[in-house]
Amino acid sequence: MRALDIEYMLGLVPVLLKYVPLTLGMASVSMALALALASLLAIIRVARIPVLDGITRVFISFFRGTPLLVQLFLFYYGLPQLVPVLTALDGVTAAIIGLTLHFAAYMAESIRAAILGVDRSQWEASKAIGMSMAQMMRRIILPQASRVAAPTLVNYFIDLIKGTSLAFTLGVTELMGAAQKEAAGSFLYFETFIVVAVFYWVIVEALSLFQQRLEGRLSKAFVR
Amino acid sequence: MIKIRGLTKIYNGMPVLNGIDLDIEKGERIVIIGPSGTGKSTLLRCLNFLDTPDGGEIIFDDETIDVTKASPKDIQRLRLRTSFVFQNYALFANKTARENIAEGLYTVRKWGREEALNRADEILATIGLADKADAYPAALSGGQQQRVGIGRAMSVDTDLMLVDEPTSALDPEWVEEVLQLMKRVADQHRTMLIVTHEMSFAKDIADRVIFMEGGRIVEQGPPSKIFSAPEDDRTKAFLRKVLPSAL
Repeated sequence: MRALDIEYMLGLVPVLLKYVPLTLGMASVSMALALALASLLAIIRVARIPVLDGITRVFISFFRGTPLLVQLFLFYYGLPQLVPVLTALDGVTAAIIGLTLHFAAYMAESIRAAILGVDRSQWEASKAIGMSMAQMMRRIILPQASRVAAPTLVNYFIDLIKGTSLAFTLGVTELMGAAQKEAAGSFLYFETFIVVAVFYWVIVEALSLFQQRLEGRLSKAFVR
Repeated sequence: MIKIRGLTKIYNGMPVLNGIDLDIEKGERIVIIGPSGTGKSTLLRCLNFLDTPDGGEIIFDDETIDVTKASPKDIQRLRLRTSFVFQNYALFANKTARENIAEGLYTVRKWGREEALNRADEILATIGLADKADAYPAALSGGQQQRVGIGRAMSVDTDLMLVDEPTSALDPEWVEEVLQLMKRVADQHRTMLIVTHEMSFAKDIADRVIFMEGGRIVEQGPPSKIFSAPEDDRTKAFLRKVLPSAL
């Protein structure tokens, strides 16, 4: 067994640090879009809107039932062959679209369950004061459902952050892509990938701190 | 004046409301009594479409709504003309006491935010909960929650206030404070339709008492008549059970 090249590892930190914004950027944009899409899909399913409900079921089934990597390849390498305009799609955009659709499918089911868990009295009181469906969802039901769904959704966000590493297969130089290039130059695979692993780990741990604060805030109204 | 004609509700093939006809004068306080499961709550809930009636007409002044043809717009207008007090309070769990009262005013009735919150503070003072303005429902006792629930219904001058067993879900220690508040609301001469099992409260505040059984109005009249000289045997039997000593 050889000794670890500590000097190389320390030198790698500032190099990889430059790619953290892209990784976080892709993750945050995908998460925001996925949350919005998932809420919409969940409402469609809860309200059983005809036709759209059926389409939503198939959408969720497909994006949960196939690997994320396959979906990313479909968007980036596959679709442009059918639809030539999409050749202009760059790797980052393709990754964001793929991550958004994939995680929206998962999160829609969590949000749907959380919405259905909101007490019946909350729906009735909203209707009784004359709220529209949209007002009721936005002001009463979703805020309460979000408290129930938050821990699960943060878990998906963690998964999504790690999922951005697949973007390197679309030629995107994010954290994983950069590490891959460094390793190819130095041949120090262990050192490189252990450093990049720690990068993801630290990011996720930082997120867990945020999770505690978020859950505290969402539960504010429920403290006796 | 509000008129209800032939209001019908069917659950799983069983009629719960069997063609209810009822005229309500402006400012009239009507109390509905009767055994459990006879459609009293369903009647209230059909009037604002929390339950969808299966037949009949609801007439508010000049506006006639055929319940089988009611559009979402009709239903919304009906809900804006009524206010509702729930048995289980049904306060918005994610809103403070003040916001619970103001919510409908600024979200639905398009009051200014400031104006709505001021109105809420006014109501909170009236119901003796000014110091709980920023408390969430989870931090309030059952009695306090129901007072906020009543406050929410008081905050707007609707044509009809529907009150569904306001004390039935309360621990006994909170019943009195809620009844006291209900009496004060009744004194404001709002038009009210109240379902309750509190007979002495009914006697105190009702202009008219309705006895319902089997989805029908069996007998109605001023409280003095219904409680002292009921005509129908079913009314007599029910009152013997709930007022063992009084009859």
